[in-house]
Amino acid sequence: MQESEKELREVAKKLLLEKKVDLIIGYEEGTLPLRTRPIFIREADETKKLVWNFRCENNLCFYLKMAKERVGIVAKGCDIRSIIGLIKERQIKRENIFIIGVPCSGIIDRKKIEDILEGRELLEGIESDSQIILKGEGLEEKVDKDKLVHASCKSCKYRNPVLYDTLIGKEVSQGEGEEYSDVEEFASKSDNERWAYFNDEASRCIRCYACRNVCPACYCPQCFVDQSLPTWFGRTLHPSDTLIFHIIRTLHIAGRCVDCGACSRVCPMNIELRMLNKKAEKDVKELYHYEAGISLEELPPMATFKMDDPQEFIK
Amino acid sequence: MEGNRIVSKEKSEWKPRIIAFLCNWCSYAGADLAGIGRLQYPPNVRIIRVPCSGRINPYFIIKSLQHGVDGVLVSGCHPGDCHYISGNLVARRRFAILKRILEFAGVEKGRVQFTWISAAEGERFSQVIKEVTQEIKALGPNKRFVKEA
Ligand code: SF4
Ligand code: SF4
Ligand code: SF4
Ligand code: FES
Repeated sequence: MQESEKELREVAKKLLLEKKVDLIIGYEEGTLPLRTRPIFIREADETKKLVWNFRCENNLCFYLKMAKERVGIVAKGCDIRSIIGLIKERQIKRENIFIIGVPCSGIIDRKKIEDILEGRELLEGIESDSQIILKGEGLEEKVDKDKLVHASCKSCKYRNPVLYDTLIGKEVSQGEGEEYSDVEEFASKSDNERWAYFNDEASRCIRCYACRNVCPACYCPQCFVDQSLPTWFGRTLHPSDTLIFHIIRTLHIAGRCVDCGACSRVCPMNIELRMLNKKAEKDVKELYHYEAGISLEELPPMATFKMDDPQEFIK
Repeated sequence: MEGNRIVSKEKSEWKPRIIAFLCNWCSYAGADLAGIGRLQYPPNVRIIRVPCSGRINPYFIIKSLQHGVDGVLVSGCHPGDCHYISGNLVARRRFAILKRILEFAGVEKGRVQFTWISAAEGERFSQVIKEVTQEIKALGPNKRFVKEA
C-alpha cells in the first residue's frame, strides 16, 4: 500500500511537470475519520497529498465529464470500465485522458462501519495492512478489512485495470465467488415476496436523486424524471412512483452499469439498488453476451441488435 | 372514466382491461383486417396506435399498469418487415430486458406480452387477442404499480 502510494505520487508529479496533463484527479485524506475525498491537482507540489488505500471509495470518472483539459485520473478496475463506457459513448476523448490504473483488492463499505458503530461517534480510524481500528469515546475495536469489503468488490472480476496508460503497483488476484448468487436467490422467491421487497425499498426512497447524480453512466442533460413538458413521470414519494424511477433508471443503465457501487454508497436511505442493476447486468450478459466497459469497440448492447437475437418471449 | 382509471360498468363479472400498443404499419393493419373480415375477438382491448414498435417507451407499458389496466400487449411487424427497417429489432432488445426486469420486480408473467403481427394476419390478430385476454383473466385484476386510494 505504502509503496504504491509513493509510486502514484511520483507518476502524477512527473505527468504535471512534463505537462502531459493539466490536471490530476485522485484521492486525498478527508477531514472525517476514515474518509478520503477527491482532490484536483494542478501544481506538481501538491501531488504529495495523493493517497491510495482501502478507503478510496469514489468513482472519480464522474468528474471527467466536466473536465475541459487533459486529465490524469487515478482509477480502479471498475472506474476504468466507466471510463471505457464514457469514451465509447463519446462523452470524453481517449486522447484527453491519462489513466493511472491501480489494481484494487476491494474498497470499504462504510455502511458496515456504521453497523458496527451502532450510533456511537467515530473519532479516529486507523487503517493498517489487514485491519481497521475504530476509536471513539469508550470505543476501541479492531475489524478485519475482509469483513468490510463492499459487496460489489467481493466478486469483482476486473480488479486489474483493463485499460491504462500506466499501472501503479502489482496486479492483484480477482474477486471470488458467484457474482449473481444474490440475484438468483432473490429470483427464486414468489412474485408477491419480490414485489413486497421492492415496494418496501421504494417506500424508503426520498427521491434525492443522489444515486443518479453520482452515476458515471447517468449524464443526460435532462433526466426523464425532470422532464416537465409534460410532467409525465410521477414525482410523488408514493412507492409506485419511486419504484418506477428505479426501474426505468435500471433500464437506462442496462449494459452500461459497471457495478462500481457508487449509487448504493451514496444513498442516504441505504436502499439496495444493486439488486435491480445486477439483474439487468445478468440479463444483458445472458442474452447479448456483453459486459459493460471491457472493450472500446463493441457497441453498447441496447444501442444495437442482431437479426437473430433471442425472442422466445415473443408470443 | 374515473380520474385516470378506466372503470368497467358491470360489477357482476370482472372483465380485464387490456391496452394494446400496435404499430401502424403491420399490427394495426392486422387489427383492421380482422375488423374488415368481421372476425370475433373479446372486446376487452383498447388499441393505441404507434408509428412503430420502436416508438414504445417502456414507460408507456409501466404507466399503463400504474393507471390500472390489467394487461398490456405490444405488437409490431415481424423482424425484417419493420417499415423503418430496424425499429422492432432495437425494440426487441429493450422489451426483452423490460420484461425480465418487471417480472423480477414481481409483475406476474403474462401481465405484459409481446408479439409480432403482420398486416395480412387478421386471423392471427383475433387469435392472439383471445389468448391474451384469457391469460390475463386468469391472472385476475392487476395490483402492481396501482396506487390504492
Ligand atoms: S448504476 Fe450505480 S453501480 Fe452502476 S455504474 Fe451507476 S453508480 Fe455505478
Ligand atoms: S436515469 Fe436515465 S434519463 Fe436519468 S440521467 Fe440516468 S440515463 Fe439519463
Ligand atoms: S440515493 Fe437513495 S434515497 Fe436518494 S433517490 Fe436514490 S435510492 Fe432514493
Ligand atoms: S413499423 Fe411496425 S415495428 Fe417498426
